[in-house]
Amino acid sequence: MTVASPTDFEPQGLQPQGWLKYFSFSLDHKVIGLQYLITGFIFYFIGGALAGVIRMELTSPISDFVSRETYNEVLTLHGTVMIFLWIVPVVNGAFGNYLIPFYVGARDMAFPRLNAVAFWLIPPAGILLIASYFIAGGAAQSGWTAYPPLSLTTPAIGQVIWILSVLLLGGSSIFGGINFIATILKLRRPGLKLMQLPMYCWAMLGTSILVVLSTPVLAGTLILLSFDIIAHTGFFNPALGGNVVVYQHLFWFYSHPAVYIMVLPAFGLVSEILPVHARKPLFGYTTMVYSILAIVVLGLIVWAHHMFTSGTPPWMRLFFTIATSFIAVPTGIKFFNWLATLWGGKLALNSAMLFSCGFIVNFVFGGITGVALAQVPFDIHVHDTYFVVGHFHYIVYGGTVFVIFASVYHWYPKFTGRLLNEDLGRLHFLLTFIGFNLCFTPQHWLGLNGMPRRVAEYDPSFTTLNQVSSVGALLMAISTLPFLINVIWSAYSGQIAGDNPWNALTPEWLTASPPPVENWLGEAPLVTHPYDYGVPEGKIDLRVVSGADLWLGGKR
Amino acid sequence: MTSLAPGSPNPAGAPLTASAAESPQAAPAHHAGDDHGGHVDARLFGLATFLVADGMTFAGFFAAYLTFRSVNPLPAGSNYELELILPTINTALLVISSVTFHRAGSNLRSGNRSACRSWLLGTVVLGLAFLAGQMVEYFNLPFGLTDNLFASTFYALTGFHGLHVTLGVICILIVWWQARQGGRISQQEHFGLEAAELYWHFVDGIWVVLYGILYLL
Amino acid sequence: MSIPSTLITLLLGMGLVLVGLWVGQNVQLLPIDASSNAPVYDSLFQVLFSIGTILFLGIVGLVLFSLVRFRRRPGDLADGVAIEGNLPLEIVWTAIPAIVVLFVGIYSYDIYERMGGMVALNDHSAMHHSADVMQASAVPSAGISEGSDPASEPRVWAGIGSNGSNEGSMPVEVTAMQFAFIFHYPDGNITSGELHVPVNRPVELRMKANDVIHAFWVPQFRLKQDIIPGQPTVLAFTATRAGSYPIVCAELCGPYHGGMRSTVVVHEEEAFNQWFETNAPPKPAPATVASASINPTA
Ligand code: HEA
Ligand code: HEA
Ligand code: CUA
Ligand SMILES: [Cu+2]
Repeated sequence: MTVASPTDFEPQGLQPQGWLKYFSFSLDHKVIGLQYLITGFIFYFIGGALAGVIRMELTSPISDFVSRETYNEVLTLHGTVMIFLWIVPVVNGAFGNYLIPFYVGARDMAFPRLNAVAFWLIPPAGILLIASYFIAGGAAQSGWTAYPPLSLTTPAIGQVIWILSVLLLGGSSIFGGINFIATILKLRRPGLKLMQLPMYCWAMLGTSILVVLSTPVLAGTLILLSFDIIAHTGFFNPALGGNVVVYQHLFWFYSHPAVYIMVLPAFGLVSEILPVHARKPLFGYTTMVYSILAIVVLGLIVWAHHMFTSGTPPWMRLFFTIATSFIAVPTGIKFFNWLATLWGGKLALNSAMLFSCGFIVNFVFGGITGVALAQVPFDIHVHDTYFVVGHFHYIVYGGTVFVIFASVYHWYPKFTGRLLNEDLGRLHFLLTFIGFNLCFTPQHWLGLNGMPRRVAEYDPSFTTLNQVSSVGALLMAISTLPFLINVIWSAYSGQIAGDNPWNALTPEWLTASPPPVENWLGEAPLVTHPYDYGVPEGKIDLRVVSGADLWLGGKR
Repeated sequence: MTSLAPGSPNPAGAPLTASAAESPQAAPAHHAGDDHGGHVDARLFGLATFLVADGMTFAGFFAAYLTFRSVNPLPAGSNYELELILPTINTALLVISSVTFHRAGSNLRSGNRSACRSWLLGTVVLGLAFLAGQMVEYFNLPFGLTDNLFASTFYALTGFHGLHVTLGVICILIVWWQARQGGRISQQEHFGLEAAELYWHFVDGIWVVLYGILYLL
Repeated sequence: MSIPSTLITLLLGMGLVLVGLWVGQNVQLLPIDASSNAPVYDSLFQVLFSIGTILFLGIVGLVLFSLVRFRRRPGDLADGVAIEGNLPLEIVWTAIPAIVVLFVGIYSYDIYERMGGMVALNDHSAMHHSADVMQASAVPSAGISEGSDPASEPRVWAGIGSNGSNEGSMPVEVTAMQFAFIFHYPDGNITSGELHVPVNRPVELRMKANDVIHAFWVPQFRLKQDIIPGQPTVLAFTATRAGSYPIVCAELCGPYHGGMRSTVVVHEEEAFNQWFETNAPPKPAPATVASASINPTA
């Protein structure tokens, strides 16, 4: 054991210690990462409570639990909070800030101060957004897409606050993206080559490129939208000669890449978790890297698949159908590589592994419905219905949120030095998995059969399935209890983890848990083979090995 | 096929040998590249990345403008024609200011601090002249912000760009102040000047595109 | 092991394909089909559903099998095999999805063509007829400027099936507003809050929105089209099954978006003519005007 982990390590006075450090303007990437994580979880519970209101309202076909205006406010807040304050800050900000400097062998991010600024934009933006619910006129009511002219006619103050808040969050995201790109490309430890980086670095590089290229377009669009609201210009107001379809193009030019901003980091995290708990190298490193880059490129040119029923020319629909469908190819490569990583391994059936496998199952389901949605004629029928709601919750919840949980189970020992309780973890997985599928599977049928999205009242023939869905949501809410208990209880009395409980090889494990302020006491380790697990098999020449050898796995 | 040649895979049960990582304690001395104090200077790179992002904002505006223009007819009585003389002079001013800024930079690098500062002041004057010209144009235009789609887009684009110029002028003034004798910017330490210069060239380049599609098209 | 693993894999794969095909053929998830493009749509759905089932079951099967077969037994501290890649395998699983996706794309293009979706926008030769009527129609204008040049026709946007060749089709003007659809029959000067159409006769909807974006959706017709203010849009269909089906607004348009529903009644030919006679002027249109659906009650 060569890793330096003196227990008598003295904090250098650089950082506030104890709980205080999580509430202060710290420049340490690990502290900022955890600040992102905890803030994100707070907003997850807010967003989840809002989802609870939605599901509560939808247990009956009439509008009875909240008023119709309130329902629209709630669903707008739910979408905005979940995307901009939970998923994006957590998979990018939290894990990115915590892990990337370790992975490139640096002591901090390239721009620590910018990093802290990026984080501290988030709480005010979130509070602003939530507070808009309580002011006169209420929060924005036009959905997270804020399509004009509806967003020009609903109460203005709420909509403007929504714009302001999203602009702040977008700014935070851009600052973070610049920081990640600079850190990964410029701060690598000497001797560490790009193709030796752990997969999460590649995922974050791809994500950050998307952030830098697409988020500013959203910012510009929202500025124009706010002009329309405040100064009564007519960019997106048909009554003044404007054009609403232009808004849709610009919005989706950001918001489609945004879905990969939400999922590529999750792909990266899974690529870190699976090899460790399967005790095998990550299968097909090179193709994984290239498929990330392919997803980035394709992700930028498919946005109009959200607009198949708007006024778009036919050639455009055709192009976007084909381009969108082709994203299944690089994504498929990643999934098959993960399956091959599992194959023949020694799988530890712990919570991290279970959540990762749950992710694979759910995401494939959501991906398949996505490819179906990409077909124009199919989409014409199900656009703006619960089928779409089902599709994207399978991906954002079944995919990304599952990965976030897997990552918490995997890296908690690194954050705190203590293990989480595995029994509670498996219970958490079981409840979440069942509740999730119960909640979102029926929505596909509802959409196919005539239930539009964003409605507070619906055809009474859909009542039963909506109630099933609501029960699923309740189960998901309940499933967070074992998780919360586990996380809080284990922080004080969980089993001591040691520095490297998983015997992992990626650099963050080659230091103390929790790590010292500048990550390593000595020089940063040079990890050129981050996935070098596995029994040497020597005999197999990798170039001539056939599928059958792989199928036979460890038994040969 | 795989870039990860199976180097020396870990024997079972002893996964944490030094095979995966060179001994972390081998060299206690801090590497130039991983020390907080003097790590690689990625600031210009970061600024360039930011400018790519900023450029995308403009790209979005341009795309919106071009689409409006090709799809949405203007109401009767309005057209896309603009007075060209003043904006052309303005364009020339801005292009020249890029040259003067460049001269400032090369003077600083060759150690001629006072010449550098003069060129900086020249750049500021050109930038201010541009802004003044812009104001004159605004007050003489036959349309207001909400008159029609073209008017709104025109003001949004030039206004957003003018904001960038204003910011640039402020930055140059700061650089000018810091480049005084004993200031932060010197022959050796010229990041601030280079950052401002990169930004100024970017703003200049955006204007040329803007001039092309807004005035000439 | 006596049976070669390749053979087992092959057999499993074939079984999976059969299951997928069976599911696609026999599991009915869609509402009843009541327009001429619904069966076309349903055949696409079958193909997508089969492919999806095969992929999903295959991958879930692999995950479950791995979790059981390769789980770490207590006390086993060994690692798996250090296989890091396999070129032929990776080529296979790049090629198969690529081929599948290409096939699906081309097939759905064909379906879309058959549904009449590939009409070029603003194709004046095709749209002339519609555009004329749009201009002449008495539908309340959305208040937008229709261009500085009075000679230029307003742009008309095409939805499904509006290829202008629907000779003998029945025109209906649709006005969408917060929160109702109003249907106007220019031929008989009828205004109604419900859409009445004859079976097996092409219908051409000329749609306008007054305030915000709405969307016209009839699930049983597999048809949906956004109605965007400032963009007159044409949508054509042929109903094939008598009955009444819901018309749903599918685009968030304000608080009562969920209540913005109506009904399309598909009549047999005679019944439709009768309805048309009874409602057409000279006796002024009775109170069929959509007062009922303008303010849906809770
Ligand atoms: C993280 C978020 C995320 C991700 C990753 C995706 C991924 C995909 N999405 Fe989704 N999507 C959303 C979030 C996401 N989506 C959201 C939020 C909306 C709604 C927005 C709103 O309106 O509010 C939406 C809406 C949406 C629409 C518009 C629907 C509509 O409004 O009418 C479409 C249409 O094409 C679509 C398609 C796809 C496709 C093709 C993928 C692909 O990337 C999926 C690729 C993955 C796979 C296919 C599975 C793995 C692959 C294999 C196992 C290989 C073999 C597979 C085949 C051969 C098919 N999505
Ligand atoms: C990006 C991430 C994300 C996540 C994680 C979720 C999570 C959930 N979402 Fe949602 N959702 C969106 C993104 C997301 N959503 C978006 C973008 C939209 C579109 C909005 C729009 O149309 O504009 C949407 C819309 C949407 C709708 C459609 C509304 C409509 O169209 O009318 C529904 C309906 O069922 C729904 C449900 C849920 C449920 C039940 C969860 C559950 O998974 C949540 C489970 C979590 C919890 C339950 C948290 C537990 C917390 C507690 C237990 C504390 C509770 C405290 C109190 C009750 C005081 N979501
Ligand atoms: Cu009209 Cu929704
Ligand atoms: Cu998309």
